[in-house]
Amino acid sequence: MKPIKELNPQFLESKENKQHLIDYLLGVADNYLILGQRLGELCGHGPNLEPDIALTNISLDMLGQVRSFYQYIAQLKGDKTTEDDIAFLRKEREYKNVLLVEQPNTDFGYVIVRQFFFDVYNRLFLNALQQSADETLRALAFKGIKEASYHERFSGDWLKRLGDGTEESKTRVQQAVNDLWIYTDELFHTTNADDAMIASGVAPDMLQLKEYYYDKVGELLSTATLEIPEVEYFQKGGKEGLHSEHMGYILADMQYMQRAYPDSKW
Amino acid sequence: MIQDYNISQDLQNILESVKDPEIPVLNVVDLGVIREVIVEGKEITIKLTPTYSGCPAMDVIGDDLERAFAAHGYSTTIQLIMSPPWTTDWITERGRKALEEYGIAAPLEETADKDVLLNDKKQVKCTNCGSQNTKLVSQFGSTACKAMFQCEDCLEPFDYFKCLK
Ligand SMILES: [Zn+2]
Repeated sequence: MKPIKELNPQFLESKENKQHLIDYLLGVADNYLILGQRLGELCGHGPNLEPDIALTNISLDMLGQVRSFYQYIAQLKGDKTTEDDIAFLRKEREYKNVLLVEQPNTDFGYVIVRQFFFDVYNRLFLNALQQSADETLRALAFKGIKEASYHERFSGDWLKRLGDGTEESKTRVQQAVNDLWIYTDELFHTTNADDAMIASGVAPDMLQLKEYYYDKVGELLSTATLEIPEVEYFQKGGKEGLHSEHMGYILADMQYMQRAYPDSKW
Repeated sequence: MIQDYNISQDLQNILESVKDPEIPVLNVVDLGVIREVIVEGKEITIKLTPTYSGCPAMDVIGDDLERAFAAHGYSTTIQLIMSPPWTTDWITERGRKALEEYGIAAPLEETADKDVLLNDKKQVKCTNCGSQNTKLVSQFGSTACKAMFQCEDCLEPFDYFKCLK
């Protein structure tokens, strides 16, 4: 796909632009890291063999995706920072993932709903990112898009099966939808860095796809015979580094090895 | 397939001795990950393109290449080339045959692959009996590159190597 805009070759010579790009990339990449970590927790705990393998496969895809983003950030920084430093040695406030991906694996219904809400967004995002003015991001988007459509098919299929399943599965998955719905709006929240990257054509303007996102999600929920919750407000904060109580536990788990054995490698 | 190198048969043999650790019948040349090999005396630079993002086999392949060449007195530098991204089209004909014989159905072309994995069309051939009456069990298999299928005629479960473009 052709980029919407060509990037001015001097673009990254500006310190401010570079910092904005790094901040923008962290906002994208940290979603993959934290969701990948959450899914990794399920290894060996899936309800049966196929979903167990699928969830860990998706986790691996997310971690693969995040490595490429962190490697790019490390390259932009141009100092001694490595992908491992970025993944393991930041403090909670420095992670820019949305609140949705850090929500716990309460039950299989929650896992599927969290995944579906993210997958629909992620495929739209990667699709649009293929037209980024930044060559590296175009390549990463191109590589990630196919995996993302498998993920969406998997979580969407399970959502239908659970919603249109037994009374028990329906009640529980509806509860998950109700609880996680308030975190969907944040996917479209933009920071100052995001706005700068949208203006320069590096980042897609996801706000333009928001209506389409909610249509897609709503369509599947109704196929799954589930209700779209009505909420008074949407929760946000993760993209600005303000996380829910769950984040500290994730980081404690994830960073333990690197802090106990400094400089160990992935 | 984009590969740009001209090396002696001896070096080619060393290269071909390195297998995909997860699919040991497929060597790195047949897998299509080798982009360029630059030989300067006893120093070799190998440029390779990773397959799936997050495929843990890639790090192992890099280490295995270094070890294989070290055994013949060469020091090796591995460089990753991300663009253009690897595609299953780069698996050689010999590689596809080896896959089939090993019990993994080789990737279909892009449109057929999509039909099979996203629209439940029956087009993947059973590696055991050759029937096309096969069903998708899961898009996700034992490794990131494979999906699980089952033959509805002979009932054999088998892996399908997903098409990647
Ligand atoms: Zn068969």
